[in-house]
Amino acid sequence: MNKPELITEKGSMLANGKSLYQHRRDVMKLTKDTGHYAGLVDLAFKKAEPITFEKVFSKLRAGVVNARETAKKIAASPIVEQEGELCFTLYNAAGDCICTSTGIIIHVGTMGAAIKYMIENNWESNPGINPGDMFTNNDCQIGNVHPCDICTIVPIFHEGNLIAWVGGVTHVIDTGAVGPGSMSNGQIQRFGDGLQITCRKTGINDVVMRDWQHESQRNVRTPKYWILDERTRIAGDHMIRDIVGEVIEDVGIEAFLKFGDEIIEDGRRGLVSRIHDITIPGKYHTVAFVDVPYTHEDVCLPSPFAKVDTIMHAPCTITIKPECTWRLDFDGCSRWGWHTYNANPTAFTSGIWVMMTQTLVPTERINDGAMFATEFYLPKGTWTNPNDRRTAHSDAWHFLVSSWSSLWRAVSRGYFARGYLEEVNAGNSNPCNWMQGGGFNQEEEIHAVNSFETAACGTGACAMKDGLNHAAAIWNPEGDMGDCEIWELAEPLLYLGRAIKSNTGGYGKYRGGMGFETLRMVHNSADWTMFFMGNGYMNSDWGLMGGYPSATGYRFEAHNTGLHERIAEGKSLPSGHDYDPGNPEYEKHLNPGAQVKRDSQCITTEAIFENGDLYLNYLRGGPGFGDPLDRKIEDIQKDLNDDVLLEEFAVKIYGAVFSKDSNGDYVVDSDKTLAAQKKIRKDRISRGVPVKAWMETERQRILDKDASTQVQQMFASSFELSQSFLDKFREFWDLPSEWLVTEKELGIPAFGSKHAMDLSQMPDVSTVVLVEE
Amino acid sequence: MSSKYTRKQVADLMDGDLDWDTVRRMLFMPKDQERFKNYIDILQERSSWDDKIILPLGPHLYVAETKDKDLVNKCSCGYVFGPYTENWKLNALIYVRDDVEKFNEIYPTLMCPDATWQVYREYYCPDCGVQHDVEAPTPWYPVMHDFEPDIKAFYEWVGLEAPEKVA
Repeated sequence: MNKPELITEKGSMLANGKSLYQHRRDVMKLTKDTGHYAGLVDLAFKKAEPITFEKVFSKLRAGVVNARETAKKIAASPIVEQEGELCFTLYNAAGDCICTSTGIIIHVGTMGAAIKYMIENNWESNPGINPGDMFTNNDCQIGNVHPCDICTIVPIFHEGNLIAWVGGVTHVIDTGAVGPGSMSNGQIQRFGDGLQITCRKTGINDVVMRDWQHESQRNVRTPKYWILDERTRIAGDHMIRDIVGEVIEDVGIEAFLKFGDEIIEDGRRGLVSRIHDITIPGKYHTVAFVDVPYTHEDVCLPSPFAKVDTIMHAPCTITIKPECTWRLDFDGCSRWGWHTYNANPTAFTSGIWVMMTQTLVPTERINDGAMFATEFYLPKGTWTNPNDRRTAHSDAWHFLVSSWSSLWRAVSRGYFARGYLEEVNAGNSNPCNWMQGGGFNQEEEIHAVNSFETAACGTGACAMKDGLNHAAAIWNPEGDMGDCEIWELAEPLLYLGRAIKSNTGGYGKYRGGMGFETLRMVHNSADWTMFFMGNGYMNSDWGLMGGYPSATGYRFEAHNTGLHERIAEGKSLPSGHDYDPGNPEYEKHLNPGAQVKRDSQCITTEAIFENGDLYLNYLRGGPGFGDPLDRKIEDIQKDLNDDVLLEEFAVKIYGAVFSKDSNGDYVVDSDKTLAAQKKIRKDRISRGVPVKAWMETERQRILDKDASTQVQQMFASSFELSQSFLDKFREFWDLPSEWLVTEKELGIPAFGSKHAMDLSQMPDVSTVVLVEE
Repeated sequence: MSSKYTRKQVADLMDGDLDWDTVRRMLFMPKDQERFKNYIDILQERSSWDDKIILPLGPHLYVAETKDKDLVNKCSCGYVFGPYTENWKLNALIYVRDDVEKFNEIYPTLMCPDATWQVYREYYCPDCGVQHDVEAPTPWYPVMHDFEPDIKAFYEWVGLEAPEKVA
């Protein structure tokens, strides 16, 4: 990091007489030298006044949670008001998180990264940081996950000195990107990814600046939501600022400042303690993939070099050390791409706690402390850490949650080995589809939508129970599919049905939770477009210890359906359940001439939808745990009777032999099923081949370069970025030392592979680097 | 602060029969530090062989200590997959689902991957046919060595004597 000009060691804003820059430097150095946050080898304040310490924490934590619950009522956007896609976080003067509210807690670190960027780039002198200021940020190159997460940051002063920061973030429904909706496709670079705001001062003396308000609202499709979302963030920030004032009045400024550092060291120690208590030291190797099928005709892109099929590759080695810290090493990841699924290091380092708070550290005491007990290696140039300032990020979650699914699987191996079966989770579904679109809505206004029904996908199986059906999404621990009636108010789309999606949870001794599906009919719009956003050719889940991955996604849309005529004539209509896509029912209830798209192409760009057209929003299931042949007979029977398991697969997967009783209920015959299961085990032995023999045939395929272009491109991309990944690949398959596959030989565009320009190369910019690169 | 549970409660948890109130308590409260000892004791009682269970790797897969004090990966049926430091999968049977017919045996049309992007690899015990793992990688992907436990450090963590031949 270069030290920007004009930054001095001294300043007037902090009580200790240091500049913000120097203060942060000293905190980082003390942390590095001692291994304890800010050099706090002893928690003197906590030790001397434990009751006061806990009282301050409780007051602040309750304050940020209360601010969130209160402020979200201001928002009109169903994403914020229904789904709770907002979060408030309190930071100390150095920009490290003290405590955070419930909600999308990935923002423990993202707003901190923005504060650190302001510190590193001398906002202290220009544009200045004063009481009553507000700063707005959504820049993905300095820590934001995707542009739709808009944050408002307010500095907190006491007697003229800056003592803390508070940040509020909401997921806005549209950012004015090329594609409508907050996580859209179509754009392939930052320059089409929507409005980008870089820590801009947008308020003075607690008042929003008029130029900012006029400029920002006309750059998005949904200005009413935009303005009310901003009011939500400001209201919450100011409530928390008041709470901080009350705490200082109660315990004094010295106590508050000591608390603001010690609580972070306390958080670091909390993670160390938890690692010791529930994991097993060692190395865990895991990997995840996502398909990016961009050559399909329904993916319309502005630049030809983006029209390639690629695969996101996220290998990870987790090392849990004997001293109870851990390292997450993403060596071997594939390169960033010309799509909107790129991430940045803070999205990783902060976002991972969204997952870990649901498993490793399920505590309200989440702050930056856990980060200081964690090492990250995110290689520069990969999709986790792009080396080019042009990258788009609007659906960074698409890759992030997929890569985290594999981490969940990895840490679960430790929980299982230790006997904490209740903590095991086979993974999480990649929460999709993201149904998005825009145009003129039923109110005859320019509009955009992003359905957050996906906040309630199926969860992964546990080692002692099935996953939950249509229950949660990794990125929001308060999973909720939302009310149909509210979505119908927000979107010109009527529900023709909403049903549990059969066969979507991965099979296993304990099965993954089922997803669900909603069939939407476009209604009362003027001009309307929609698109799909999910996985179809691949699955991010694997299943765990013999369990199967969940089902992949697929696309169903129908145009020229004649549904309005059928309604008028009283004819049958397609309803919610697309029970078995291999034997489709919907099509039987559409007029002749209807154009149906039913395929694996689950990523598309804007397509025109007329009134009466259909869109199936299929939300995925979770992966399974354990050999399906160990599933209890009564659970198989229940799945059949609950209509979540098709008969054909009850037979093939579980060996179930069943009949129906006089009530029409399934009854599984235990003896016959056990006999059938015995035969399935024998069949496995018959059809299985020794792994080492199979490796010889697979090795020959590699030598023959026998794989699809997208598979070869994935490996070529990873090989180019990681010599160690290439070396391990050659070693495993016993390949000649000169063996290699390159993008060049595949005959596809590889823009960005040779020429890239990082943000750090821009004039007067000092980037904040928080990971090993 | 630590919680305590009876051996029966741990056994019920392993069987999927523990009442939900207790499971919730297990999730919310600090962990019972004696869980590992109870867990492997119960597994040992249920085992069909006499080798000492050192670490469970899956519902039917263990690191076990032989009478000669060697540490091996071992199936619940008794099949030995080799030394515990090596990837047990390399000594298993494999079945690769790499075309639409094989995929449609396990998922309906359109609800399974495209084999030009992704395959499923099922790993079976050569003796009893139990399915120990399912991988879902791209073609060409090396067989994953999922877990390399540091048994020596772990046994120190839980206050147990480490196996004699641990690496």
